[in-house]
Amino acid sequence: MTVTADDSIPLTPRTIRDEMIAFAIMTVLLMVVPLTGIYPFFVMQALCFALLACAFNLLIGYGGLLSFGHAMFLGTAGYISAHALKVWGVTPELGILIGTAGAAALAVITGLVAIRRQGIYFAMITLALSQLLYFIYLQTPFTHGEDGIQGIPQGYLFGVLNLAKPTVLYYVIVAGFLFGFLVIFRAVNSPFGEVLKSIRENEQRAISLGYKTDQYKLLAFILSGTLAGLAGALKVFVAQNASLTDVHWSMSGEIVLMTLVGGLGTIFGPVVGAFVIIAMQQYLAGFGQWVTVIQGVIFVVCVLTFRRGVIGEIAHYFRLSL
Amino acid sequence: MPAELRYNNEIERERSIDMQALYAQLLVGLINGSFYALLSLGLAVIFGMLNIINFAHGALYMMGAFCAYFLLNLAGIGYWWALIIAPIAVGIFGMILERTLLQWLSGLDHLYGLLLTFGIALIVQGLFQNYFGSSGLPYAIPDELKGGMNLGFMFLPIYRGWVVVFSLVVCLLTWYLIERTRLGAYLRAATENPTLVRAFGINVPRMITLTYGLGVGLAALAGVLSAPINQVRPLMGADLIIVVFAVVVIGGMGSIMGSIITGFALGVIEGLTKYFYPEASNTVVFVLMVLVLLVKPSGLTGRAT
Repeated sequence: MTVTADDSIPLTPRTIRDEMIAFAIMTVLLMVVPLTGIYPFFVMQALCFALLACAFNLLIGYGGLLSFGHAMFLGTAGYISAHALKVWGVTPELGILIGTAGAAALAVITGLVAIRRQGIYFAMITLALSQLLYFIYLQTPFTHGEDGIQGIPQGYLFGVLNLAKPTVLYYVIVAGFLFGFLVIFRAVNSPFGEVLKSIRENEQRAISLGYKTDQYKLLAFILSGTLAGLAGALKVFVAQNASLTDVHWSMSGEIVLMTLVGGLGTIFGPVVGAFVIIAMQQYLAGFGQWVTVIQGVIFVVCVLTFRRGVIGEIAHYFRLSL
Repeated sequence: MPAELRYNNEIERERSIDMQALYAQLLVGLINGSFYALLSLGLAVIFGMLNIINFAHGALYMMGAFCAYFLLNLAGIGYWWALIIAPIAVGIFGMILERTLLQWLSGLDHLYGLLLTFGIALIVQGLFQNYFGSSGLPYAIPDELKGGMNLGFMFLPIYRGWVVVFSLVVCLLTWYLIERTRLGAYLRAATENPTLVRAFGINVPRMITLTYGLGVGLAALAGVLSAPINQVRPLMGADLIIVVFAVVVIGGMGSIMGSIITGFALGVIEGLTKYFYPEASNTVVFVLMVLVLLVKPSGLTGRAT
């Protein structure tokens, strides 16, 4: 397969200044949310998914690897954190750490398997791996099957911050999100990120230049899986449960959809996409399976006419780098 | 009867029940293998021509089953006609999809094809779920194939035997069509180099549409075959397609015969797992996929991609 610049995922020329300004605006907006009266639970939930979509986007947008199984990191970290918090009674910071570490370990194992094939096969392998985990979680006792792990204690972060208070929890989630976002931002703008992009554009050439592309891809996969795990661990404190929904293939599909709507390969696209999709789910919650149908329609419309996504279109129109 | 002899008899009988169960699971495995083969075959044919992994394959398989259900319940048309009409009807639906949506993707990255067909699958499955819920609708086995026969070592329900034999025949016919006929030769040539084949005056876009219709028709056929066994459910293809993806990863998409053999073989292995270690029967195909990727990353028959 030869990929030329035209038929691959759109890439806008990048300057760091636009991104810094956009980042500042985003941070200020997130900081003032509790003052505006917007339901903080919604924003917290959206932020967890935003981090998840950003992590996913690191792979597809910069490495050209479509993971159709990213829900496995979300769900695994969620289950492990939930179990550690509820059964072992660990502190919140430790719970987040253990869950994220679990996702990282999973990413190492699944990454070693998945990067053995490229392109379309990579997508099918990641999907199959996440389905494998789904069935494992369905059968192992610690996940409590269909019920999931419920009533997870939120506790005191670092012994002082009471996570049961919505405002405190909100700022903790914002901090977690911004941390993950900055890690991705840094990775994308580092020499590592540049090599990743070169692999996306032309892997053969990257190999011929002496880069061990498999190692770069594996590292990107592990980083992406770990941050997706962080999102899963944070989500446990918001939703106070961990269930099979988070490991299901439809969740993986939603992650793809969020990133596609916001803009593949843009820094801020996945964040916007996550807010759009979560908001849509909130408003359409009473319409049953029509949500699925609408999601399908969005997929079709985006792929056919709107491949740059919201942020990608804005960046293209105003010649910005976002 | 002396106690010892009776004891031996019981062991004998238990063993024979055991063997019966084993054969029954093997048969279930062969049936699932038939569906894997028919579906992965269609995926491979479509991928060859369109460079698209058809995520909607599971949804179209489901549509095949629903088509048979509608024919019977709305028009009183039975199983045998459904076996012909459903693949054609769903095949035409597929060709319309190809003409209206998929054809605009040519030249784009493979991944967009996967995303688009995933969207189509969500739409189709969502619509059917809206109207039919998630529970299964019954579809009766046709009278001619009811009952079973005693093979001596096991009791074979005739319908199940029919599914295996018929699927195998269809698979082999498809193989023959693609590998041994003139039309198949055009198809293979167009897969290798569409521009050159077009220069010879062959209408390649029409061939692409027909190929998609063929692949989709095979999926619908599998759906009709499975309707009396698995009931007709809106999500019947959703989980199946993921297993079929794993089958495709294991077998590779380079060879038609490879897809057929891998499909049946994995079905049988799954059936054996159901007998020896039922807990792993859901996951065995995925575990095998991991093992194959570790040992032979290019897949068993495919070329490395």
